[in-house]
Amino acid sequence: MAILDKHKVIETHATLLMVLSLIVVSIGGLVQIVPLFYLENTIEKVEGVRPYTPLELTGRDIYIREGCYVCHSQMIRPMRDEVERYGHYSLAAESMYDHPFQWGSKRTGPDLARVGGRYSDEWHQDHFTYAKAVVPESVMPPYGFLFNKEIDGRYVQDVMKTHRFVGVPYSDEMMENALADFTAQADPDSDYDGLEERYGEAAFGRAINVRNFDGQPQLTEADALIAYIQVLGTMVDFSTFTPDASR
Amino acid sequence: MCAKRVTTKPGEVPTTGHSWDGIEEYDNPMPRWWVWVFYATIVWAIGYSIAHPAWPMLTRATPGLLGSSTRADVAAEIKRFDDANATIKQALVDADLTTVSADPNLMSFAQNAGAAVFRTNCTTCHGSGANGVEGKGYPSLLDDDWLWGGDIENIHLTITHGIRNTTDEDARYSEMPKFGVDEILEKPQIDEVVEYVLKLSGQDHDATLALAGETVFVENCAACHMEDGSGDITQGAPKLSDAIWLYGGSREKIAETVTYARFGVMPNWNAILSEDEIRAVALYVHSRGGGQ
Repeated sequence: MAILDKHKVIETHATLLMVLSLIVVSIGGLVQIVPLFYLENTIEKVEGVRPYTPLELTGRDIYIREGCYVCHSQMIRPMRDEVERYGHYSLAAESMYDHPFQWGSKRTGPDLARVGGRYSDEWHQDHFTYAKAVVPESVMPPYGFLFNKEIDGRYVQDVMKTHRFVGVPYSDEMMENALADFTAQADPDSDYDGLEERYGEAAFGRAINVRNFDGQPQLTEADALIAYIQVLGTMVDFSTFTPDASR
Repeated sequence: MCAKRVTTKPGEVPTTGHSWDGIEEYDNPMPRWWVWVFYATIVWAIGYSIAHPAWPMLTRATPGLLGSSTRADVAAEIKRFDDANATIKQALVDADLTTVSADPNLMSFAQNAGAAVFRTNCTTCHGSGANGVEGKGYPSLLDDDWLWGGDIENIHLTITHGIRNTTDEDARYSEMPKFGVDEILEKPQIDEVVEYVLKLSGQDHDATLALAGETVFVENCAACHMEDGSGDITQGAPKLSDAIWLYGGSREKIAETVTYARFGVMPNWNAILSEDEIRAVALYVHSRGGGQ
């Protein structure tokens, strides 16, 4: 065949070899990736999924910083045993505002996709401080230092801006009130009506958790992380959701 | 196959014609069986992509002729078990909880289902043996010292709505005052009442302080914990006259409790579990030894 006879030309010209390899790899990549952007059945529209509040977003950054994803997945697969143990299988839409998503690939600890609301804040405080105190068989390291690291949310608006840049629909109002919402969520005595209005029941169908998550007067990384943990998997109301079997 | 094959001598394997610093490469053909398996996998791949979801079209991918779907599979799998258990689950939901133990078939189902629910959802706080975490506020479910009542109806109610959570309006609720932080009691009064509580529970105590503490106790604590310290299950006030302590029974721990108060929260499981699961786990907990 004629083209095969040209092989020597390609093999002996490094630049040509590189350009042609790039073309071949690009075709392979495009065929796999491009359809995901336009196919209607890759991400279904689901009610209730909302952008993270400023405090939850900060907690999510701590989750990533501490490498929680190394031992915990956030992806319940569509199998009966997983659904029985963790709850409804994960939907793509549930992580559509996660940049990057935290699906993970290994479960040394349990899956956390629906851990929100399962345990009390006090339990999370005890468990983060020293996991073995409440679960003797646990191998999770202690994270007590999170309770000593105070946070003031000085960069939270920038973080939200970055998320908005990659497509998370934070409104101008959410951006302007980022810092106020950040502090209000961990203080049930504060005026959190604005936070609730922007992220809560009226806008997305589910009330915001406003609690003193770490049980201490000051605002710490533990507040943010527990706020994030407590919202995981709780946004979609599965009593009204009907899965489309073709997805 | 790129360069010209070169046959050196008749009967000898030809080389590919490549030559790197004088090193040449034999051009042995692949085994026949290997080549045919290779072609077969190509044919298989084409058939497979027709039978299963594969090719991206304009709005969605081809569904595949076999109509396979992981979601449909898991739904069918779950339905198979739900259907198999539907009758007995309905019987459990309809049953009067106080008389389930009289029905061996139903009770054995509830025990097994309840044990599974317990292991999945409850062990994290109450321990895999249901013995709780002493001094941490996670009560043991094995003893007869119940905070909100240990009869089956009360256990069922507690599991369904939880305790002091913010997500269920029907959650059990009571709040101990922060006697120290909110300056309801002076430091000396707290010391006195702590000695009295130590006395109530039969521990070593300072008799003089305890005597003074009795008045403090009657005026501030007895409304919930009762004058004899026997507690009140209607408002989740723990019994103080026994050796079982939710947050520790040492002098320091009791003083901490009086000063800062305690506010133990349990989630409402009606958000996560179905009624039959809640009933099963209530029966399971009730039968652990402490059920009343």
